[in-house]
Amino acid sequence: MIHSLFLINASGDIFLEKHWKSVVSRSVCDYFFEAQERATEPENVPPVIPTPHHYLISVLRHRIYFVAVIQSEVPPLFVIEFLHRVVDTFQDYFGVCTEAAIKDNVVVVYELLEEMLDNGFPLATESNILKELIKPPTILRTMVNTITGSTNVGEQLPTGQLSVVPWRRTGVKYTNNEAYFDVVEEIDAIIDKSGSTITAEIQGVIDACVKLTGMPDLTLSFMNPRLLDDVSFHPCVRFKRWEAERILSFIPPDGNFRLLSYHVSSQNLVAIPVYVKHNITFREGSSQGRFDLTLGPKQTMGKAVESVLVSSQLPRGVLNANLNPSQGTYTFDPVTKLLTWDVGKINPQKLPSLKGTMNLQAGASKPDENPTINIQFKIQQMAISGLKVNRLDMYGEKYKPFKGIKYMTKAGKFQVRT
Amino acid sequence: MSSSSAFNDEKGGSSSVGEPEYGHDPASGGIFSSDYKRHDDLKEMLDSNKDSLKLEAMKRIVAMIARGKNASDLFPAVVKNVACKNIEVKKLVYVYLVRYAEEQQDLALLSISTFQRGLKDPNQLIRASALRVLSSIRVTIIVPIMMLAIKEAASDMSPYVRKTAAHAIPKLYSLDPEQKDQLIEVIEKLLADKTTLVAGSVVMAFEEVCPERIDLIHKNYRKLCNLLIDVEEWGQVVIINMLTRYARTQFLNPNINESLLEEGGGGEKTFYGSDEDEDEDDEEKEKEKKVEAAAMAKRKPYVMDPDHRLLLRNTKPLLQSRNAAVVMAVAQLYFHLAPKAEVGVIAKALVRLLRSHSEVQYVVLQNVATMTIKRRGMFEPYLKSFYIRSTDPTQIKILKLEVLTNLANETNISTILREFQTYIKSMDKDFVAATIQAIGRCATNIGEVRDTCLNGLVQLLSNRDELVVAESVVVIKKLLQMQPEKHSDIIKHMAKLTDNIQVPMARASILWLIGEYCEHVPKIAPDVLRKMAKSFTNEEDIVKLQILNLAAKLYLTNSKQTKLLTQYVLNLAKYDQNYDIRDRARFIRQLIVPTEKSGALSKYAKKLFLALKPAPVLESPFKDRDHFQLGSLSHLLNAKAGGYQELPDWPETAPDPSVRNVEVPEWTKCSSREKRKEKKVEKPFYSDSEGESGPTESADSESDSASGSESGSGSEGSGTGSESEESEEASVSEEEDEEEEKKTKKRESKKPVQESESEQSSEEEDRKRERKSKQRKSESESESDEEEDSESDSSQSESEDSESEAEIKKKKKAAESKPPSKPVKKDTKKEKKEMSLLDLDDFEPTPSPQVTPVNNLLSNSLVTDLEGLSLSDAVLSPATIAPSSALKSYELLHRITGEGLSVEYCFSRQPFSPDANMVAVQMHFTNNSTSDTKNLHMEDVKLQSGMRVKDFPEIELLPAGEKATAVMGIDFCDSTQAANFQLCTHTRKFFVSIQPPVGELMRPVFLTENEFKKEQGQLMGMNEIAEKLTLDAKCRNEHAIVQRVTTAANLSRVPCGSDKECRFAGRTVTSGSLVLVTVASREEGAAQLMVNCEKMLIGTMLVKDILLALTQ
Repeated sequence: MIHSLFLINASGDIFLEKHWKSVVSRSVCDYFFEAQERATEPENVPPVIPTPHHYLISVLRHRIYFVAVIQSEVPPLFVIEFLHRVVDTFQDYFGVCTEAAIKDNVVVVYELLEEMLDNGFPLATESNILKELIKPPTILRTMVNTITGSTNVGEQLPTGQLSVVPWRRTGVKYTNNEAYFDVVEEIDAIIDKSGSTITAEIQGVIDACVKLTGMPDLTLSFMNPRLLDDVSFHPCVRFKRWEAERILSFIPPDGNFRLLSYHVSSQNLVAIPVYVKHNITFREGSSQGRFDLTLGPKQTMGKAVESVLVSSQLPRGVLNANLNPSQGTYTFDPVTKLLTWDVGKINPQKLPSLKGTMNLQAGASKPDENPTINIQFKIQQMAISGLKVNRLDMYGEKYKPFKGIKYMTKAGKFQVRT
Repeated sequence: MSSSSAFNDEKGGSSSVGEPEYGHDPASGGIFSSDYKRHDDLKEMLDSNKDSLKLEAMKRIVAMIARGKNASDLFPAVVKNVACKNIEVKKLVYVYLVRYAEEQQDLALLSISTFQRGLKDPNQLIRASALRVLSSIRVTIIVPIMMLAIKEAASDMSPYVRKTAAHAIPKLYSLDPEQKDQLIEVIEKLLADKTTLVAGSVVMAFEEVCPERIDLIHKNYRKLCNLLIDVEEWGQVVIINMLTRYARTQFLNPNINESLLEEGGGGEKTFYGSDEDEDEDDEEKEKEKKVEAAAMAKRKPYVMDPDHRLLLRNTKPLLQSRNAAVVMAVAQLYFHLAPKAEVGVIAKALVRLLRSHSEVQYVVLQNVATMTIKRRGMFEPYLKSFYIRSTDPTQIKILKLEVLTNLANETNISTILREFQTYIKSMDKDFVAATIQAIGRCATNIGEVRDTCLNGLVQLLSNRDELVVAESVVVIKKLLQMQPEKHSDIIKHMAKLTDNIQVPMARASILWLIGEYCEHVPKIAPDVLRKMAKSFTNEEDIVKLQILNLAAKLYLTNSKQTKLLTQYVLNLAKYDQNYDIRDRARFIRQLIVPTEKSGALSKYAKKLFLALKPAPVLESPFKDRDHFQLGSLSHLLNAKAGGYQELPDWPETAPDPSVRNVEVPEWTKCSSREKRKEKKVEKPFYSDSEGESGPTESADSESDSASGSESGSGSEGSGTGSESEESEEASVSEEEDEEEEKKTKKRESKKPVQESESEQSSEEEDRKRERKSKQRKSESESESDEEEDSESDSSQSESEDSESEAEIKKKKKAAESKPPSKPVKKDTKKEKKEMSLLDLDDFEPTPSPQVTPVNNLLSNSLVTDLEGLSLSDAVLSPATIAPSSALKSYELLHRITGEGLSVEYCFSRQPFSPDANMVAVQMHFTNNSTSDTKNLHMEDVKLQSGMRVKDFPEIELLPAGEKATAVMGIDFCDSTQAANFQLCTHTRKFFVSIQPPVGELMRPVFLTENEFKKEQGQLMGMNEIAEKLTLDAKCRNEHAIVQRVTTAANLSRVPCGSDKECRFAGRTVTSGSLVLVTVASREEGAAQLMVNCEKMLIGTMLVKDILLALTQ
């Protein structure tokens, strides 16, 4: 399985290495650097690179390449999924997953990696188990440790690994018992030039933050479970119960976790909450182009569209843009040719617009490609698919927990072609 | 950035480990000291008495290792601390050891004794971690020690330690492959493990050590399938991949018939169908025809092996896993194993993965691309999910394009082409080039749009971007080759482009086109050659070669105009720097310019150069990739990776499916049994057939625990529930032997039947069986006294349990020939057979006289019933006293489908005498036809794993108009899965199935109110399901409630003080789990129903059924 792991930063330095079997020389990464050079963009480095004696499987996150060295046949997704799990764990432990954070916590990182793989095969990847084994560093704990000389390694041996509910540790205690659920939906859409929807789908997740004492058994039911025909669950969800009754029944992990993610792809179901009027033209022979963009809300069920951010990659020939936003601010990076417009909230009475001219390179011919407009936005208190939680019940414990559910809709990969 | 890290590297651990320790630690003041000195102070710190200093030093050393700095010279200082009390220091020392032990083998040996001590620790986690480190130290000298440790750990009581043992197997194997045989033994043993914790790890070990030993899987196949959903996600991936390979060797191709059907329909399809499809079909046709012919010869329609079905069914829910690797594993399993009609389910899950990280997308799209070639229809509904966004990375874009191209057919091509049009305007030029090629492929595959595509491509020729134009030229060239005569104007247009296009490949393509079709453009061609001759020296090599080609072709067709030009070009080429071009020039000159020396070949020059060339096939690079197992590294790279296990072809005839039947290991491993005889702790019989207990209970582990430290087993008790049970049983095992004898005596005095049997059998056999029954007894005793009375049937059932299914089959035959009234006789027969198989020497052919215990049995059940009666409502009685009248009948066979024979069945709720674990099903046969029906019996029983059936005795004659009744027993394994079988008469066979309502899967037990409350208290939480309901208007008194509940489920009433509450109790038939039902009625028909049951599935279903019964 996984032989070794190298962490490589954006400038091509190997800043951490870990071997689970015999040591593999770091020179194996040269093949990776070669591939990196060939790729024009950082994300175009192929995830799987064959070398004469090894295979390199890498993921890129937070501008760090996690390169795993493999010696023999193994499902590539297995390794990729594991590497992402490693990154998630780091993020969970250190708040961020940056080179600095990893270097600062190199011992914890090493201890984590040691526990996560045994002989290259995943051993403990569940965050609750890991946190029992190795306590995440906090400022307070670091201080206490340095004074008292105690350690980050859990004194007790982890029982979670042995239990039937490996994702939950025993003996959890809270003074305030609370369970919060966030229903977050992202709209992925491609809108064509004329404003009609080419493809639109909703990617939803229910993230939970559960801080409950003991071993609570929760059930969550929906008003319209039929929407959820394509779902994936956290392992804690009892699948049979879902199949039979369309009720989510589970013993939750402690803390934050993703309960389920779902996918609504049927086109007519998806309401598009914003529209864009655009007019981006370049004239032949002239060194100027017109830029005219107006945003407006539609099908938002009365909710405000907030945190709107428009970005567009302008053609390479554009030298400069001279635009005038009716609200918010815009920036144009003349090197990357990236135009971003931070709109803020859309006021339906006074639609935000961005108008002006673009200057082209003198003498250059009219660019034949049209820029795509990417839009980000947020709508609070609404799930665009119409999904609604009916009720949340708790069994197995006596106290009354505080329950909360929040809905939010966001733009995922929302693109308007011009 | 790089300079700063270089700086850190020089300074070593002290500066970059992290501020806190450096800030507070006086010893790290030596930042500026030399390397040598720094190591010195680390050594000093390691030697100190203070844990904090040691920890500090270890942290710095680990930081050095992490950055790839050499810290091996500290080995002696570090290894001393291996026994340190501080856990973190210990852990870091382990990290260091695992890293450097290989380089310092001798010194590493110093640490071994610590681990050996750890292996004996009472705490399972310490045992596990000791084994983990011990096996991770790659020191060849300790191979025997490792082997011993692994063997010991493989029979450890703790499943966690066994898991670690499984992990250690591949480590030892890579260290010393000589150990393979011994390791396989350990693997075999661990494969039999029944805990989910071990399953994934041991299959991993199996895959690394002995993937070719597929025979080891047979017996564990069903268990693995059933455990799969509860195994941790990484283990799931490994198991699914292994099972895919296994299934390919053991089952028949489910698509044999369908592929034939498709062939018939293929005639229309191929016209539009892509060329590659046709090719493949052709190949496949041949193969399939053979297979089909073979199949037809046998006239055997394809019936899926139930084990094959089991695998498909149990993996399907995993498509919903959050782990992409698991989803992919299931998808490839379905792709490779499922009938065509069912493969579709994976599409949705795979499309969902496309939202994941781009690396995941990359791998998934590669696999989707391969799948779309074989099974295009599957992904067609998701076409739009593959549309490309401008923000996708280029490699993803190109893969999506590949998928879109594969999906294109005559109905969706217009939308796809419109989509392609926007892609062509993209800023990403590599992507644009790929799009143009994709258009070319669509055009070749779908004849209708060829002209549209060609026109579109020609328009692209005026694109400003040279790369776009060049790519278009290459593609147009390929398209034109298909029908050149129609397109001479396009060729002319392209000829003009030679002035502008600089991309060599495009120039070469144009020249080749003009040369090839010079007859269509007779005027332009010589002119192009003229221009090319002029620029010849500045061209790229491929262009030069094409100029030579063009010249040669023109010379042959139009020598008058081009003779001189050709000579000139050939002369230029003669002195070219590239030897290929010089060679080519020489070759062409010899061929086309007639001299007296030139031989026969020049006569054929025209034929050589202007032969009709077949149009190129534009095919997907993913065309043949599916011979690699999907989802594998080899598939992704399209090359065999080291350690890749080929996916075998389907067998033509299915291997014997009975190998997967879990059988008694005795006669396969006779020798090992001999050895164990002395130990008196044999009960593999029990553990193997029951499937309730882990392998800890198998002979070895018990002896271990008996001889080893008792404290070990004691501490186990503090573990989780299931474990403590195991360990208890194990620790009791010693005393059991003595107790056993007493108990057997007691039992024997009670049951003469048993005695007579045991007298016949050998001592050993006797002991074993007693042990079993004792175990059963001790279990049941702890549960309730009620079991005691029914001992006779429990002992009988055991004997059945323990028999292999093969034997059951034999028995069935025997049973069929016997009248139904003498079940006991059959039993003795069985006993005999079993014995004969076990101990041939002890076999005695004369059966001893037997007393039929039927009465005993009946009275048994009556006792319980009466007990219930005396205390509970009289309504209960119809359910038990007069079973057939009040019972609901279900139709098994309608008289129309049965050609006059109609069969109904009902659940008689009587204990099934031959086997208490079976549900008795009473069948009523009615012959409505005019002729007699003979030899009514059942055949070909298809069951889910774990289920068993006891056939009803054959009805030899059922005269016209007559009725008959028979009883069969089915062990539904506490599930509502249907039992499928064939009902055979002398002329016909009917496929029928019996599916039990959940209420019939239990038998009533009598509990007092206190017992009930106690039991209920233990079945809280997940095991409790409560539901509010409004009672039906007719069902508001206690009487009615009791009646309805007892009709819905085979439960007995529990006496209760309050008349507002009705309580019922029962046990599931197979596993004997308690089922407790409470109906509490409130005002106005409101009520609450509460079911407590260990088996949650049963509980849930029961709630539904009772709810229905009470509200309607």
